[in-house]
Amino acid sequence: MRHLISVLLENEPGALSRVVGLFSQRNYNIESLTVAPTEDRSLSRLTLTTIGDDRKIEQITKHLNKLVDVVKLVDLTEGAHVERELMLIKVKASGAQRAEIKRTTDIFRGQIVDMTQNTYAIQLTGSSIKLDAYIAAIGGNIVLEVARSGVTGISRGEKILSL
Amino acid sequence: MRSGPVVDLIEYTSERLNKVDLLSGGEMLLRALHDEGVEIIFGYPGGAVLHIYDAIFNQDKVEHILVRHEQAATHAADGYARASGKPGVVLVTSGPGATNAITGIATAYMDSIPMVVISGQVERRFIGSDGFQETDMVGISRPIVKHSFMVQDPAEIPLIVKKAFHIATTGRPGPVVIDIPKDVTDPKDKLPYDYPKSINMRSYSVPAKGHTGQIKKAVDILLSAKRPMIFAGGGVIQGEGSALLTRLTKKLGYPITNTLMGLGAFPGTHKQCLGMLGMHGTYEANMAMHYSDVVLGIGVRFDDRVTNSDVSKFCPDAKILHVDIDPASISKTVTADVPIVGSVSSVLKEMLAQVEQSTTRRDKKSLAIWWKQIEHWRERDSLAIPESEGEIIKPQSVIQTLFEITRGDAYISSDVGQHQMFAAQHYPFAKPRRWINSGGLGTMGFGLPAAMGVQFAFPDAVSVCVTGEGSFQMNIQEFATCMQYKLPIKVICLNNRALGMVKQWQDMQYGGRYSHSTYADSLPDFAKLAEAYGHVGIRIEKKSQLKEKMQEAFELKDKLVFVDVLVDPEEHVYPMAIKGGAMKDMILSKTERT
Repeated sequence: MRHLISVLLENEPGALSRVVGLFSQRNYNIESLTVAPTEDRSLSRLTLTTIGDDRKIEQITKHLNKLVDVVKLVDLTEGAHVERELMLIKVKASGAQRAEIKRTTDIFRGQIVDMTQNTYAIQLTGSSIKLDAYIAAIGGNIVLEVARSGVTGISRGEKILSL
Repeated sequence: MRSGPVVDLIEYTSERLNKVDLLSGGEMLLRALHDEGVEIIFGYPGGAVLHIYDAIFNQDKVEHILVRHEQAATHAADGYARASGKPGVVLVTSGPGATNAITGIATAYMDSIPMVVISGQVERRFIGSDGFQETDMVGISRPIVKHSFMVQDPAEIPLIVKKAFHIATTGRPGPVVIDIPKDVTDPKDKLPYDYPKSINMRSYSVPAKGHTGQIKKAVDILLSAKRPMIFAGGGVIQGEGSALLTRLTKKLGYPITNTLMGLGAFPGTHKQCLGMLGMHGTYEANMAMHYSDVVLGIGVRFDDRVTNSDVSKFCPDAKILHVDIDPASISKTVTADVPIVGSVSSVLKEMLAQVEQSTTRRDKKSLAIWWKQIEHWRERDSLAIPESEGEIIKPQSVIQTLFEITRGDAYISSDVGQHQMFAAQHYPFAKPRRWINSGGLGTMGFGLPAAMGVQFAFPDAVSVCVTGEGSFQMNIQEFATCMQYKLPIKVICLNNRALGMVKQWQDMQYGGRYSHSTYADSLPDFAKLAEAYGHVGIRIEKKSQLKEKMQEAFELKDKLVFVDVLVDPEEHVYPMAIKGGAMKDMILSKTERT
């Protein structure tokens, strides 16, 4: 099963490499990874998606917790949560295609953030599935470039991940 | 030009000077080690650590031991830590000094040994420029350390040293690396020194006591067991739980087995002890594990050398009660029915109290039947030493003789291979911290430097290195260190003229094709070699000379004696687990299996 794990990490040099190293060292998967400092500059929040059975996920969270730079973590998929990914995508857009792409982008609540005579750069946020669906809808053959942020998330309700 | 405030500044500075000393980074490091209680460090100098070595020269609080190879420095610090319970400390230079230390760090990591390794690094401005003797030590060591630090500023040194020792010695212990760029230790830059008295890290906490409810659950299951087994590992020794474990086990009257890392956790000479379990464990220990209905695992990690390769066949009828300080060790390979996370000593203490108070009646009848069964297995005498023909010396009998001569009271450091297993099987340890071996990583070359560390920890103790002619050649240069510091180590070399364990597997699984496991015609004369270094060398070739000549070696109390014993090269280590089987599946001799 796919799990979304959010980690509060000391904002120290090398902390990220310890997390990433743990995954390769123990043969765990990282599907996506996103990391940035939080409102407290001494902490970074790292969110990763990984795949494994319950036993594997338990080991992953235990080993993450053992890393000295990890302050706290939560498996967001254990409860209700919101998850989002940002995608910037550049597509071929010329002639009659342009209106069609614009329409599809509107349906997906995306925005065109840059354009030339022959291209659009589009920004889209949502679940990973939605982003995949958008690419399928516009047709893979016009895609020139895709930059996705990886998934980040937050739990619903009053539950928080903080010190 | 400033005028007025200068006076204030001078007053301020002199006031501070009264309270704190101004020290360079190198001096701070030494002072911090002393403040941390470090008496001895093992190291090797080089360019990046010369400022630190100069600081060593100018003080007399911390003794530095010069080894002949950085790997030996880590193993010596490791042996020191295993024998004394205090953290081992290592100092190496950048680049090759650091990479040479890696094997020793990995060895300590696998066996959870507290160690602090200080490595030099190129100057800050050269980091990342592929400078001379530059290597990314923090990066290279990352998977084999508990934590690591790169010092970015001399002012950080006291706090980082404090944190490093705190992390290395608490919880599940392990090695910590401190990488120090050369310019951080520059004697010209002096800063106020203040060593923190205590430390609090928000991202690092130590699980203290086990959950009382879980302990109660475990005790209830334990007391109603019909075929119980206690299974103790290195965690009991590391966690100073041996005395409590011994009390609990005697109180319960249950059988107990020690892992390779746990030898001595419960006295191997006691009748309740079934010896070591696992790959080369005794018949009775492995049989009792397999047929038990309750297994209490304490400070163990259900390593594949214990469980055999197919975990699904492990102790099929047993409820597993698992006590460990590391939550990640629990249910990693074998699912625990009752997991207890906590320090071994605190959990054992509470277990003892609960056992004493419990009203649960033990099933005495079942226990009597269980013991009868165990005694029946024990009669099989799976460690019986095979008869040897003529003057051929069986390796097992060398260990037996060693046990007799040292009255079972020596510190035995071991290398890796057949001799290690023979020592583990035939030298029952009555006390913890007496058996010093690389169990997890299985590092050849560990034995001699580890025995050095033991001798530095206990100068008056009998420090023995049991080795083979293969392993010994991996750190043979430490003969010189032993001479420099007059270490009276007794090296017992089970010389079978081959890489015995490799050869055994080639006999058993590869049709006797000895691919690169023999070298009989190129072995040095070890006794002469020892003498070349200024030590004493004794060679024993005949069974009839064994006891007398070994005795002779131990009578030379002030000398390192290398005893080269030519043993039967055909001997295999038995019992041996059958790959893919359960614990009850063993090869008992060249012709018998269970």
